[in-house]
Amino acid sequence: MNSLKTDNILEVDNLRVNFKTPDGLVTAVNDLNFDLAQGETLGIVGESGSGKSQTAFALMGLLAGNGIIEGEARFEGQNILTLNERAMNKIRSEKIAMIFQDPMTSLNPYMKVGKQLMEVLILHKGMNKADAFEASVKMLDAVKMPEARKRMNMYPHEFSGGMRQRVMIAMALLCQPKLLIADEPTTALDVTVQAQILTLLNELKAEFNTSIIMITHDLGVVAGLCDKVLVMYAGRTMEYGLTEDVFYRPTHPYTQGLLEAIPRLDANDEVLATIAGNPPNLLNLPVGCPFQERCQFVEDRCRKEAPVLEEYQPGKLRACHKPINGEAML
Amino acid sequence: MFRFIIKRLLEAIPTLLALVTLSFFLMHFAPGSPFTSERGVPAAVMANLQAKYHMNESLMNQYFYYLWDLLHGNLGYSFRFTDFTINQLVAQSFPVSAEIGFWSFLVAITFGVLCGVFAALRQNSWLDYAVMSFANVGMVLPNFVIAPLCILFFSIQHHWLPAGGWNGGAWPFLIMPVIAMSTSYIAQIARITRGSMIETMHSNFIRTARAKGLPKSRIIIRHALRPAMLPVVSYLGPAFVGIVTGSVVVDQFFGTGGIGQHFVNGAINRDYSMVMGITILIGTLTILFNAIVDILYVFIDPKIRY
Amino acid sequence: MMTSKDKVAAVEQFAEKVVEVEGRSLWQDARRRFFTNKAAVASLIILVIIAALSIFGPLLSQWNYADIDWTALSDISVLGRPNIASGHYFGTDPLGRDIFVRTMQGGQISLMVGILGSFVAVVIGTFYGATSGYLGGRVDSLMMRFLEILNSFPFMFFVIILMTVFGRNILLIFIAIGAVSWLDMARIVRGQTLSLKNKEYIEAAYAGGVSTPKIIARHIVPNVLGVVIVYATLLVPNMILLESFISFLGLGVQEPMTSWGALISEGAPNMEVAVWQMAWPLGFLVVTLFCFNFLGDGLRDALDPKDR
Repeated sequence: MNSLKTDNILEVDNLRVNFKTPDGLVTAVNDLNFDLAQGETLGIVGESGSGKSQTAFALMGLLAGNGIIEGEARFEGQNILTLNERAMNKIRSEKIAMIFQDPMTSLNPYMKVGKQLMEVLILHKGMNKADAFEASVKMLDAVKMPEARKRMNMYPHEFSGGMRQRVMIAMALLCQPKLLIADEPTTALDVTVQAQILTLLNELKAEFNTSIIMITHDLGVVAGLCDKVLVMYAGRTMEYGLTEDVFYRPTHPYTQGLLEAIPRLDANDEVLATIAGNPPNLLNLPVGCPFQERCQFVEDRCRKEAPVLEEYQPGKLRACHKPINGEAML
Repeated sequence: MFRFIIKRLLEAIPTLLALVTLSFFLMHFAPGSPFTSERGVPAAVMANLQAKYHMNESLMNQYFYYLWDLLHGNLGYSFRFTDFTINQLVAQSFPVSAEIGFWSFLVAITFGVLCGVFAALRQNSWLDYAVMSFANVGMVLPNFVIAPLCILFFSIQHHWLPAGGWNGGAWPFLIMPVIAMSTSYIAQIARITRGSMIETMHSNFIRTARAKGLPKSRIIIRHALRPAMLPVVSYLGPAFVGIVTGSVVVDQFFGTGGIGQHFVNGAINRDYSMVMGITILIGTLTILFNAIVDILYVFIDPKIRY
Repeated sequence: MMTSKDKVAAVEQFAEKVVEVEGRSLWQDARRRFFTNKAAVASLIILVIIAALSIFGPLLSQWNYADIDWTALSDISVLGRPNIASGHYFGTDPLGRDIFVRTMQGGQISLMVGILGSFVAVVIGTFYGATSGYLGGRVDSLMMRFLEILNSFPFMFFVIILMTVFGRNILLIFIAIGAVSWLDMARIVRGQTLSLKNKEYIEAAYAGGVSTPKIIARHIVPNVLGVVIVYATLLVPNMILLESFISFLGLGVQEPMTSWGALISEGAPNMEVAVWQMAWPLGFLVVTLFCFNFLGDGLRDALDPKDR
């Protein structure tokens, strides 16, 4: 995967998400652009509050009531941001499916797991109950759920966190969607379980040829899974390109900061490097570059005008006035 | 599950025993009680009492005799209606109260849940504001205010409904008692339902259901309603007690001749055995009802272990 | 008539959150936020006015709550009408007694029973809950089991039995209704105590050899105060309603003293001829109940740290 493919299944143009709040309009996602080919995986990376989850919700039509969307997101050529609820329901799960961050609360605790799986197939594929049951068992087997048949009749609280996330993944893949959006699928899980889930996603991606948007704050996850990376900060794109380019030759100070903050076994640093300071308040963004207050290379220009996202090399985009020459970091 | 039901029903027994014991000893230590003095008690009743309550025996023995009678469904004799046993009086009046109570309960739950669900689904719409205003007013209007207002409006001004009486439970006689008894519970249940429905609709698993592409009607009916009903179910116990208590007011205003009338008259006339008998009867019903609600809860909420 | 269940639930939720925040700034912040809540402030002002009227109002009238105006007695539906000139601002009842003064006097009783009753309930509930939660283990489960047993009692009937057995006594009324209304408070405080128990300063006090009753009184109780105040405020209207109910049945305060419930009960049968007899006390009762509800909600929102 060395070049960006042209037969994109998803093209996002100038996506913007605003929220009406009592204190004014908050822009959670600011002019986001990216595209995705069939079978490709895009990682969206950023700290919490950077707008990455809101991007996912916007694509699924799941924004909170006070959210306002601008821009376009063409899925198979059709803008899905303006679809009505009924048309969107045809796409959800059948073409685009989503895995959520918190498996503990994302399954209905009052419904047997089997029923929650089966209803997707009954609704979208028009299956009868018996067929839906068998297909669900098969999918649970595919996500390596032990004793899948027996577990169909259990309630979510009888499952561990990792097992519940497997159920969520199975549920998302039931209709073999073209695109899978995974919103921090491993954040709430133990480290060993995290690795299992990521391996599983990698295998399933190969098996079903699903495109994936992987939303995470963990760069390790991106390195192992993604073809492309989009680094977000305060709702904006900071850097966008192929994973290997962004990882081995980061040019944005923020990306570099994120990479340095990954704990490493081979380096015997006394303290873990962190990015000083906190993400800015979205209600009250500074003039100029949103990252200025935490950037070690900040200069006057950064405080006056916001850097535009520019293609500094084919397929590599960046928004920074003072790019650095990234060396191999990993 | 079966074991849980048995266990929960068995657990009701100590509560019942506590209820009986407390009422028994309260009555016996009451100043000026017919149990301690003969003043004001007709000889015929006294004779009955002597025989029935074994008055010449020790207090503990009296207590056990009382328990024994209760076990056989015998609530004792009234001090006032000397010709009747309490069982006879209850048999007359209880069906009336049960019928009013049943309809009030049904109306309260049906309307309360409907109002609450629709208000929640149309949050901040005129419907929501209407329901919430009604609920706020309904909550502070006691039934003893609603009852006379009903009479004023339906009977005195418009002559639509009879102002009182029972007439074997014909529906014109039922409407005003049911309105008076159920209004504040419709209000209360609507508020509870609205709150829990809004909370449920914002929960993560509803978001999952939406991401699955389920139509809204299915999300509400199959995914949201059950968890949203849990707080309502746990309110059924207090609502039951409240409606039972309300029968006292209803009998007072509408002259329906329910069990509340005997209770209030008993209380005012110091007819201890009557008050005690009715308390034990209603207490038993309440305790059993609470047990049933607990069992129901387990059926609805799979997370509860038993 | 019973404690409003959704309010209890709201207080419980709020209790879970409030325990996360420590320190004094809570109260300053709360005061600032409370005063930005117009409904709550208006309710507070109205309540203060009603309370002041109840206490000092009778001084404004030439009548006493037990006085009988013999001139009005001849034709209540005409001469008993509310009238500034006759001095009967709110009219008279069929016995010729002044409704204004009686409503004010009834307000004294209703407010007193409401406030003292919820005070009794809150004190019992707080100490029961704090003790149960702090001691934990077997004691806790026993105490909670006892609470469950009490919870399924038809308490209204017990209050009536108490009134029957011990006669009508104003002191007994609020002890009785307070003593049967502490169950929810106990449950909420216990939950709070459980989460407070693991805080460092409580453990430090325990390690330092401070006795259990002292820890509960000095460390646990002050920290649950916010929740207790909110709950107490929401309990007052319920207490007033309970008292009204008992008085309505004729088992409450003794004549010629009165309360709003008793006045409503007296007025109800005369609705057709003398609507003012019921309307005035009813209006005061309903407004008071409304205000206490808004005040409690306002206090809860003000003390709720979720916005920070």
